[in-house]
Amino acid sequence: MLLVPCPWCGPRNASDLRYVGETSRRPDPASVTPAEWRAYLYDHANPAGPTTETWYCRGCRRFFVAERDTVTNVFTSSRPPGRQNPEEPR
Amino acid sequence: MSAPNRKGFRPAARYSALNLVRRGISGSEWPPAWRQHPLRAGYDAVIIGAGVHGLATAYYLAANHGISNVAVLDKGYVGGGGSGRNTAIVRSNYLTPEGVRFYDRSLSLYRTMAADLNYNVMFSKRGHLTLAHNDGSLRTMRWRAEVNKVQGIDSEVIGPDDIKELVPFMDTSTQARYPVLGALYHPPGGIIRHDAVNWAYARAADSLGVHIHQNTEVTGIEVAAGKVTGVRTTQGAISTPIVVNCTAGWASTIADMVGVDLPIITHPLQAAVTEPVKMFLHAVVVSGSLHVYVSQTDRGELVFGASVDPFASYSMRGSLEFTEELAAHVLELMPAVAKMRVLRQWAGLCDMTPDYSPIMGFTPVEGFLVDVGWGTYGFKAGPVSGEAMAEAVATGRTPEIIATFDLARFAEGRLVGEKGAASVGH
Repeated sequence: MLLVPCPWCGPRNASDLRYVGETSRRPDPASVTPAEWRAYLYDHANPAGPTTETWYCRGCRRFFVAERDTVTNVFTSSRPPGRQNPEEPR
Repeated sequence: MSAPNRKGFRPAARYSALNLVRRGISGSEWPPAWRQHPLRAGYDAVIIGAGVHGLATAYYLAANHGISNVAVLDKGYVGGGGSGRNTAIVRSNYLTPEGVRFYDRSLSLYRTMAADLNYNVMFSKRGHLTLAHNDGSLRTMRWRAEVNKVQGIDSEVIGPDDIKELVPFMDTSTQARYPVLGALYHPPGGIIRHDAVNWAYARAADSLGVHIHQNTEVTGIEVAAGKVTGVRTTQGAISTPIVVNCTAGWASTIADMVGVDLPIITHPLQAAVTEPVKMFLHAVVVSGSLHVYVSQTDRGELVFGASVDPFASYSMRGSLEFTEELAAHVLELMPAVAKMRVLRQWAGLCDMTPDYSPIMGFTPVEGFLVDVGWGTYGFKAGPVSGEAMAEAVATGRTPEIIATFDLARFAEGRLVGEKGAASVGH
């Protein structure tokens, strides 16, 4: 059972949330090349280890960013999106 | 595509009734199925991952193409990854013509494997039922049936009465929470003993001169001027012009070593097995809506699998959540098994691709080939993948049967959409 720390609701069972995926920056649709757009869609770092990812909490209906180790499933932090980096996707 | 070479394989100690009697009388031990060798300084090809894909590739390289100076490396043991963790179901009723043709070749190799490799792999043709609980699924079943028939695959949509005849214990009443409206029936589908498949390929490859190195983790791949030149391992360095990535779960990690980006997300998939009981379930039963598949092994255990866990992870720990959901869904289908006890559960890693088709063949790095992205359907494709990858390595060209599964398809927008037929998690 995976306990996911929602910044607003506290630790919640993973079934209360939706895993969105690795956080990545969407390229500007006006200037992007097809290759860059497909890389954005399909290529993931998929690390065996620490990763930064986006979750959606069905309880408070908000997105947030969490740091997790994909091998041990231990969360090290979670925070509202966009606070530390204005470029963070929402 | 060359035919499997039945004459090329002569095991040192053939398994037969006559030899069993001989050894019984003389009391002499059987030799080990495969041997341990010291690591050579160089190999013609190095295959990473001693599962069914890696071992089959090594075997067909030696048997069909005469290339036996090959090493198969694994950081664990033979068949310890996805090849020993799957639910051992084989079938070919896919959704795209490319997929159907490919998996049907695999099924035909599985059918004759026991004779070809002189190993009892316990292939059991059971018939495969994919249940439809709503109009949308029923439409996909009809679509799949038609695609299958055009490709010459025995596959048809049947109604609840016919299902009841095949699986008397199933609740096909209209009172069920998710009533069964019909099913895609695929008679050639069945189950096989997955460990035996791994061991059969390992033994056959070994007897043809392939080296299998267990507990040998790859720590790096040497690339010079865009070409693979060698592999670093925990047991020493190897020089080789060809590296084939046949891993599941660690495909991205290995590809990272040469700077190849793969469109893969690794998810765990959990499975469970019950205590053995007398044979009562002959068909393999799959329900996409209920996220479950069930079969009964020759030993009598019910084997259950589910969809992948809903988040990316490399952890192979099971969860209570899975067991609870699984039990609820199985009892929806077969209330009669309520008193059966689950013996154990486990998880394997599935490398999911965006289109639910694998990634096979050459990459931008010369000499680095991939046979990865096998999601939840890698085991049933083991033999044909080995055959095709061996041909790619030996000839330097992509065999036609895997041409549509190339890595470039994601950049070029040629996805081979198998989501409707490849998994239950949709």
